[in-house]
Amino acid sequence: MDSKIPSGPLADKWTKHKNDINLVNPANKRNIDVIVVGTGLAGGAAAATLAELGYNVKTFCYQDSPRRAHSIAAQGGINAAKNYQGDGDSNYRLFYDTIKGGDYRSREANVYRLAEVSGNIIDQCVAQGVPFAREYGGLLDNRSFGGVLVSRTFYAKGQTGQQLLLGAYSAMNRQINRGKIQAYNRHEMMDLVLVDGKARGIIARDLVSGEIERHSAHAVVLATGGYGNVFFLSTNAMGSNVMAAWRAHRKGAFFANPCFTQIHPTCIPVSGEHQSKLTLMSESLRNDGRIWVPKKMEDAVAIREGKLKPTQLAEEDRDYYLERRYPAFGNLVPRDVASRAAKERCDAGFGVNKTGEAVYLDFASAIKRYGKEKALTSGLKNPDEATIIKLGEEVIEAKYGNLFQMYEKIVDQNPYKTPMMIYPAVHYTMGGLWVDYNLQTTIPGCYAAGEANFSDHGANRLGASALMQGLADGYFVLPYTIGDYLSDDIRTGKIPTDSKEFDEAEKQVRDRMEKLMGGSGIHSVDYYHKKLGKIMWNKCGMARNAKELEEAVKEISDLRKDFWENVKVPGTIDSKNQELEKAGRVADFLELGELFAKDALHRNESCGGHFREEYQTEEGEALRDDKNFKYVAAWEFAGEPKDAKLHKEDLVYENIELKTRSYK
Amino acid sequence: MKLYLKIWRQKDASSAGKIVDYTLDGVEGDMSFLEMLDILNEELISKGEEPVEFDHDCREGICGTCSLQINGEPHGPDRLVTTCQLHMRKFNDGDTIVIEPFRAKAFPVIKDLIVDRSSFDRIQQAGGYISVNTSGNTVDANAIPINKHAADEAMDAATCIGCGACVAACKNASAMLFTSAKVSQFALLPQGRVEAVERVQNMVRQMDLEGFGNCTNTGACEVECPKGISLTNIARMNREYLSATLKG
Repeated sequence: MDSKIPSGPLADKWTKHKNDINLVNPANKRNIDVIVVGTGLAGGAAAATLAELGYNVKTFCYQDSPRRAHSIAAQGGINAAKNYQGDGDSNYRLFYDTIKGGDYRSREANVYRLAEVSGNIIDQCVAQGVPFAREYGGLLDNRSFGGVLVSRTFYAKGQTGQQLLLGAYSAMNRQINRGKIQAYNRHEMMDLVLVDGKARGIIARDLVSGEIERHSAHAVVLATGGYGNVFFLSTNAMGSNVMAAWRAHRKGAFFANPCFTQIHPTCIPVSGEHQSKLTLMSESLRNDGRIWVPKKMEDAVAIREGKLKPTQLAEEDRDYYLERRYPAFGNLVPRDVASRAAKERCDAGFGVNKTGEAVYLDFASAIKRYGKEKALTSGLKNPDEATIIKLGEEVIEAKYGNLFQMYEKIVDQNPYKTPMMIYPAVHYTMGGLWVDYNLQTTIPGCYAAGEANFSDHGANRLGASALMQGLADGYFVLPYTIGDYLSDDIRTGKIPTDSKEFDEAEKQVRDRMEKLMGGSGIHSVDYYHKKLGKIMWNKCGMARNAKELEEAVKEISDLRKDFWENVKVPGTIDSKNQELEKAGRVADFLELGELFAKDALHRNESCGGHFREEYQTEEGEALRDDKNFKYVAAWEFAGEPKDAKLHKEDLVYENIELKTRSYK
Repeated sequence: MKLYLKIWRQKDASSAGKIVDYTLDGVEGDMSFLEMLDILNEELISKGEEPVEFDHDCREGICGTCSLQINGEPHGPDRLVTTCQLHMRKFNDGDTIVIEPFRAKAFPVIKDLIVDRSSFDRIQQAGGYISVNTSGNTVDANAIPINKHAADEAMDAATCIGCGACVAACKNASAMLFTSAKVSQFALLPQGRVEAVERVQNMVRQMDLEGFGNCTNTGACEVECPKGISLTNIARMNREYLSATLKG
C-alpha cells in the first residue's frame, strides 16, 4: 500500500507537498468537471471550494436540500489548536492527543496536517458569518472535550454542526448562484462508473421521478458519511447509508478498518421495540455532568422498580465510577473508555432504568457551583439555597438549553431536577474507504473525504474532531490534492456518457433494482434491517469475541440470502418509492456487516473502539498488540465479503512513541 | 392506545389527492409521531398496500426534513418541537388525527405528505451568504471582536432549520420569518454588513418570485416555529429592506 506520504520533517510535509504538486491553470479548470457526492461538511466544503477555484461541479445528495446532510446534527463543537486560552495548546498537542486518542492506529502525517489547518478553519468560518459562542469581551469562547487537557473546542450553543454546515451550504449557494455548482438534490448515487480504470462518473437515481441518470466527470469525490446505520439503531439520520462507498468498494476501492466504530457514551437509552433511532446528548455535557450509578445493588434494584428516586440517594451511596477509575481525566475520558465503563457497571447489575441499561448524568453539583458564582458576581453575598439553584439552572440553560429541552421531550423527565439517564449508542465510524495522503482511494480519480474515509481517527475518534476533519478535508486538503490528479486531464475533454462502460453500469443498476422488486414478498425491508442490527449490536458491539464474530459472519451471510429471496418491496421502480430506496441501502449494509465482522475477527487485539474480550489487562483495559497489528487493514473486494483480500499498510511512528494509553 | 387517522394520499404531483381513513391499534406514549407512522406503514406493507410516504431524516429535530400538518398545525400540537420530536403521549386513546402535507403554492406536493421546498433553497441562493472565498486566507478569527449580545442574537436567528412550518402556519403562506432569519443573522454581524443592501433586496425579490404571500403580522409563524425564531427578525428585515430601498 503506497500512502504517498511526502518526505521531510513532520511539520514541513504539507507545505512541501503543496509546493511540489501540479496545478491546473484557471482557464483549464473551466474544462474540467468534478462530481461531489454528499453535501455535508466535507462534501459541501469541497464543492464550494472546487467551484470557487473554477472547476465545474455537480453535487448529489439524497436529501431535499444540501442543508439537511447529517453533519447538521453534530452538537458540541469543533476543535482547533488556536491556544486562545493560553493553556499550552499547539498543533503538536492536538496532533498528539488525536493519535493517542485513536489508540495509535492512525497515520502521523495525515493527523499532523489536520492539526496544522485546524486554526484556519475557525478563521474561515468566522469570515463566513458562523455565529460561534463569544465571551463578554467579544472574543471567541472555548470548552473542553474528552481525552484532552486543554480547552480547544469552539462551539455555537449545542448546534455547532448546524452552524458549520449552514456556513458550507451558504458557500455552496454562492457558487450555485454563479452557475458553478449544479445541485442534484433528492438524487442517490447508485454506482460508480470506471473508464480505463479511472473513476469517470456515476449512475444516479432521481428519487422523485425514479429516473436513472448518467453523469460524467473527470473525478468523483465521495463525501457520503459513515455506516453506523448497519446497526439499525444509531445516532445517524434514517437515510444515512453506505451505498456510495460500498459501490466504489465493489468497483475496486479498498475498505479500511471497517470494525473501528465509535459507540458514544452519552445517548438517550432505548425505550422499546418501536424505536427507530437514538438521540445523542452531547459530550460537552461531560464538562459539567457527573456520571454515576448506585454503589449498592439493593439501591439499583429499588431505583429500577421505581421505589427509590436518584435524588434521594446520599452522596456516599453513589459510585462516580469514571472519577474513581480515571482520576486524571475523570468524566472527560475518551468515548470508548467511557462507553465500556458504563457497560461494565450495567452488566454488573447497577443499571438504573427499566431495562437495566442506563447510568446517570447528573448536573446537581454543577448547578450549585455555577449558582454560587453567579450569585457572587450579581452582588448577592449570602444567597439562600433556592436562589443558588435558580441562578445555577439559568447558567446551565444558557450553556445546554437545547439539549435539556430535547431530553425532556423524549424522556418526559426534567433534567434540571433529576439526573439524565444515558447509555452508549453507535455514533460514528472511524473505518471507511482507504485513502492515501491525497485522499485518493485505490481507484484513480475517486476521492473520499470526511467520515467516508478512514484516515485520521485511528481506532477511536476524539470529541469535536469530526467537524474539524470534515471541513479540513473539504476546504483545505482536497481542493489542492485533486489538482495534482486533474492536471493530467486538461486535454481530455468532456467525458461521453454514451460509452459501453456507462451502458454496462446502468444495466447493472437496473437489474439490481428489478431483483429487489422481485422478491417473494414475505418480509419488509425494516424486518431485515432490524435483524441485521441485532446481530451487529450483540456480536460486533462494545465487546467482541472470536466465537461470536464467527457466528456473526455466518448469520449475516444467511440473512443476506434470505433478504434477496424474500424481501417485499411495494410500488414501482419508475416513481417515488421510499421502500425501494431503503431496500438498496439495506442490501449494501448486509454485505458491509459481514466484512465488518470479518475485520473484527481478524484483529486479535483490543484497541480504541474495538474491544476483544480475549485481549484485556487484569483491570479490564484494552490490550493492544503493536507487534502484530500496527497496521491499517485495507480489504479488497473479491466476490463475497467473507472472501475479501487483506492488504496491510504498516503504520510508522517517527514522532510519537507508542505507549499504552492511560487516562488514570 | 387506538387511533383513527385521516391521511392525505396523493400519487404524484399531477394526480388529485384525497383523505384516506386508517385505524391503528397498539400505539404507545413513548413512540414518536413518526414511529407511529412507521408502524402504520409496516401494517400497510404486510397487507400489500403502498405505505404512506413522508419526509424525515435525522429524527432529532435539527435537519428540518420532517413536516406534516397535524390536526391543522404544522408539527402538531406541542410547542418548540418538530414532528419527529412530537411524542404520542400528547394524544389520547380514541383520538382522531388528521395528517396533511404543508400547504402552500410555493410548496407543491410531490407524493402523499411530501412537498417540494426547493423554493427555500433558491431564496438562500439569491443572497444568503457572505461573499468570502473559502481559501482560508482571511484574518485571524479573534481579529474582529463581536459584542456578545449581537453574536447571541445572530445565533438565535441562525438556528432556523428551514422546515417551512412558518409558511404552513401563515394564512398568506408567507416566507417572511424564514427569509428574515437569514437576513437578520448577517445584519447583526460586522462580516455581514458589507453586502447588507444587496442581500436583503435580492432575497426579498426571490421570495416574491417564488409565490410566497405577504406578511400581515398575525404572528402564527412565531407560534408554530419549532426553533422559536422571533417575529423581531421580520421587523429587522423590514427595516433593512426600507433602508436598502432608500439607499437605492
